This record gives sequence, C-alpha cells and structure tokens, in this order.
Amino acid sequence: MRIVVLVKAVPIVGNERLGDGFRVDRGSGLEPNGNDEYVLEAALKLTEAHGGEVTLLTMGPAAAADALRKGLAMGATRAVHVSDEALAGSCARATAEVLAAALRRLEYDLAFAGADTSDGQGGIVAAAIAARLGLPYLSYAAHIEPGADGATVRVHRLSPAGYDVLEAPMPALVMGTQVLGEPRYPSLRGIMQARGKETLTWSLADLGIDPARVGAAAATTRVLTAAPPPPRAGATIIRDAPDVAVERIVDFLAARSLV
Amino acid sequence: MAGIWAVAELAGGRPTRLSLELATLARQLAQASGGTATVVAVGSGAAGAAKELAALGPRVIAVEAPTEGDRPAASVVAPRLAALAGEARPDVLLVSASPDGKDVAGFLSARLDLPVLVNAAGVRWADGGPVVQMSTFGGRLGTDSAFTHGRGIVLVRPGTVTAEPALAPGAVETADPAPSAELPPVRVVERVAQAGAAASIDDARVVVAGGRGVGGPEGFRIVEELAAAFGGAVGGTRAVVDAGWLPYSQQIGQTGKIIKPALYVATGISGAIQHKVGMQTSGTIVAINRDPDAPIVEFADLVVVGDLFEIVPRLTAAVRARRG
Repeated sequence: MRIVVLVKAVPIVGNERLGDGFRVDRGSGLEPNGNDEYVLEAALKLTEAHGGEVTLLTMGPAAAADALRKGLAMGATRAVHVSDEALAGSCARATAEVLAAALRRLEYDLAFAGADTSDGQGGIVAAAIAARLGLPYLSYAAHIEPGADGATVRVHRLSPAGYDVLEAPMPALVMGTQVLGEPRYPSLRGIMQARGKETLTWSLADLGIDPARVGAAAATTRVLTAAPPPPRAGATIIRDAPDVAVERIVDFLAARSLV
Repeated sequence: MAGIWAVAELAGGRPTRLSLELATLARQLAQASGGTATVVAVGSGAAGAAKELAALGPRVIAVEAPTEGDRPAASVVAPRLAALAGEARPDVLLVSASPDGKDVAGFLSARLDLPVLVNAAGVRWADGGPVVQMSTFGGRLGTDSAFTHGRGIVLVRPGTVTAEPALAPGAVETADPAPSAELPPVRVVERVAQAGAAASIDDARVVVAGGRGVGGPEGFRIVEELAAAFGGAVGGTRAVVDAGWLPYSQQIGQTGKIIKPALYVATGISGAIQHKVGMQTSGTIVAINRDPDAPIVEFADLVVVGDLFEIVPRLTAAVRARRG
C-alpha cells in the first residue's frame, strides 16, 4: 500500500506571529502540524501491517525541511518538498492547486491529510484537492482500514451521534483526526536513518505551474487589519468558603441573566 | 446588486441553530449591501425545513435530496449547490463552519474557483464586499479579512448573530438541479450511534467543561449534573478525552471544537493555549479552580478559587433550586 501524507510545516503553537503583509511568519522554528502527525501515525501503522511505503508531501519554505525530517525520523520512506520563492503568501486556492499538481506526479493508493491546521484553521484544502483530482474524499476519520478486497478503503467518519462507516475505491483522499491515535516519537535509530532518506525538492516549473497563479500577488483573500483583541475586563475573584462562594456565583450569573 | 446566499444545514429534517443564524446574517448583509438574501436548503426534508428558514426573512430555495441515505451528506449537497450557485453567481456564500460545511466549501471552492475565508466570528459589509473578523493564534490576534476580487465563500462559526425572525417571511420555492458533476463514489455502509452520545456542545447555550482536575470518569458525574441543571452540555479538554473520560465529540480546543456558548463554566481546567482557542469567545467564562495562578484566570470573567468537588455539587443544587 502506497500512502502519501500531506504535511504542513507550522510555527510551534504559541509562537506564531505575523510577518510581512500580515502573513504568518514561517521563516524558522517549524514543526509538523499536530493533526498531520495523527494521519502520519495511521499511515505508518497501515504500511507496517500490510506492507508498502509512506511518502511525505509538503509545500512550504526552506524551514519546512525540519518538519519533513521529523516525519522521516518517525518512519516515512521519503519526502517531497515543493518549494519555490514564488509560493510565499499563497492562499488556500493556490495551495490546493499546487498540492493537487504534486499528487498527480506521485503514485499512491491513499493520500492522507490532517484536519484543520493550527495556524490557518481552515480545514478545506484537503476537500478542494480531492475535488480537483476527482478523488473519493473521506473526512474526519477516526479509524482507517483497507477493505477486504484490497481495492477499497474503509473509514469511520465522526458524526454527531457516533460515527459513519464509509467505503470508497482507491485511490482516495482521507482526512483524519486525533482519534486515529497518538503519534509515535522518533526513535534515536529513526533519527539516524532519516539522514539517509531521500527528499525530492520540486519547483513550480517541475509541476508546470505558472508562478503568476500563486503567491501573495495572486492571493484571493487578504488580511486588512490585525490587532490583539481588546482584553477582557479583569476577572472577579471569589475566595470564600463553598457555601458563600456558590451564593456569589449565582448572584453573578443572575445579574447577567444566565441562570 | 449583491446576492448573499446562506447554505442551510439540516439535521433530522430541521435546520440547525447555526443555519438559522446564517439566514439572519444573510438578511443583515443584504440590508447593508442593498442586495438580496437567499437561503439554500439541500437535503432530506428540505421542503419542510424551508418554512422555518423563511421566517427569518430571506427567500428560500428548497432542494429535496437524500442526505440521510447511502452517500455522505456533503457529497449530496455540494454538487447540487455548485449547479445552483454556478448559474446564479451569488457574491457571497455563507456556509456553516462544521465538518459537513467544510467539506462542502472545499468542493465548491475547487469546482467554482471561489476563494474561502474561514472561521468567521463576525461578518460585516464594507467597500463592496464582506469583511470577515476572525480570532487567530490562540486568541492572541484578531484579524479582519476580505476577498481580493469580491466574490467568495465564508465559513461562519456559531454565535456571529442571534437568529431573529423577520417582519415578513421570505418566499419559498423548490428546485431540483442536476448535480454539477458526479462525485467519485463514497458509500455510507453503516451509521453507528454510540451509546451515551451527550447533548452537542456546538449548539448549547451553556457548556460545563472539565479538565484533568476533575480526577477521573467518576469526577465527571458532578460536571454532568451541573450541565444538566443548566440545561446545557458537557465538554472537556484534550487531556480528558485522551484519557477516555469523554468522547472526542465533546472536546473543546485546537484539535477539537471551537464553541461560543453564552456561559462557559470551566472546572479543573488550567487554561492551556490549546484549550483557550476553543472557548475564549464564550459570552461569560466562569472558572472553578484550586490554583489562583492558573492561566485561565487571565481570560475568565469570574474565578472561584477552591475545591471543585465542594463547589460544583452545591452550585448544581443552587441552580436547580433557581431554575425550578
């Protein structure tokens, strides 16, 4: 089973900041997006159980190589890094176009993507890629398994009541959640082996994409203003004994018509 | 003249609460832009849901389609919506920032080549287009964004507006568009309802949440009782979901749900940034915590320093007594 895992290299949660043109600064200190690590773990488990290989695919600046290195150390077979100066500031539309073009050049049975990213929080790029490529799209996966016939994939998709069991022919694109299970830590051996693994770097020219279609100048959305939110008024603090404390909580809520 | 569309999501043949908010938001944006508001409801029971949606003012287009059959709802809704929107070319499509809504928006953006603004916590009309307000970087930053060329899709979170009936209801019409393109087959083999599926935290007016401080699954009983006393829902942090005390559907935070109830009561929650992302825009935040220096103190409205096992049961009794 050949699985491509889409990985976004994001700033470490809590350290995000805006750079030029209100764009997220992705110049350094990047890690794999948390949700992408869950699907990578699922991909590694599937190939360990059924044979096959895992290819990481990312679009990002030079610093995204750090995130790829971690994925390789976790056990991925190889990495593909789409990197081009013209890509800086690309919007979701351009990102979907580029990743779809990269997937067209790869051979795979399954492509995996994580649910929302920690920096952009969109959660729509994977669906857009599937629509562009005409792939079956199975989202919000809590469990992924190959079908009995070897030509299909089965996914448990989280639903308000529990989950739906979905089935589709391969190749297919699966978007997964943290319910897939805790990702492994890279072992020392994995870290050593990662150094010898292959990373392909593809430019826009390699993908046959006109640079004028991507990047900040072609972005379809733009940030107009960015500012810290107004602080909440300081909290009322209650340190009374429980009975008095509860009375005061109820008064506080009643004053706001919340109880 | 701007065309503002809201895409209604149906559950059991009725519009979700968020869909009623989107219909209200569409009406408000149409007023501000001098345009027209339309709600499109695609799904099982659309014709019945249309009346409830029309009460909010916009014209309603009801498309009866099998969203509860053997295909995932988004794959039934998206191609029909693409056919309607491809022809009518609305300027703005307001879509629920829900799992199905995101699947629909991703499909539409690719098929209609439309940009998407995500996670709207507020939408207003300015300079000929929608301006979308969102909270980012764990709430450290608020941004206003716009489309570079007018038209696009906006994914809207719960709580941007209060659903309000209009003075005059909108007209209801039905449509049966041919899906824009056949989607590759994804089949729903089975829909599994898990025992103990609790009240949804997405729509609840009050959410009572627990963190590691609750101690274990038994500790969650008092949290559940307080939530029940408020008529609200139970949520939790990632730590308690990972520990198996609560299902993932109840997880609040960066990798869980982002919610905006009128009242959020945090019990035994320190308020790590990953959790804060999911609840900081709640109307009123009450934190019950032993540690007066926990990060949550910085963004709560009321902080109760003490033992939650002593305070929560008493609070439950007091709320029950008050609500009768």
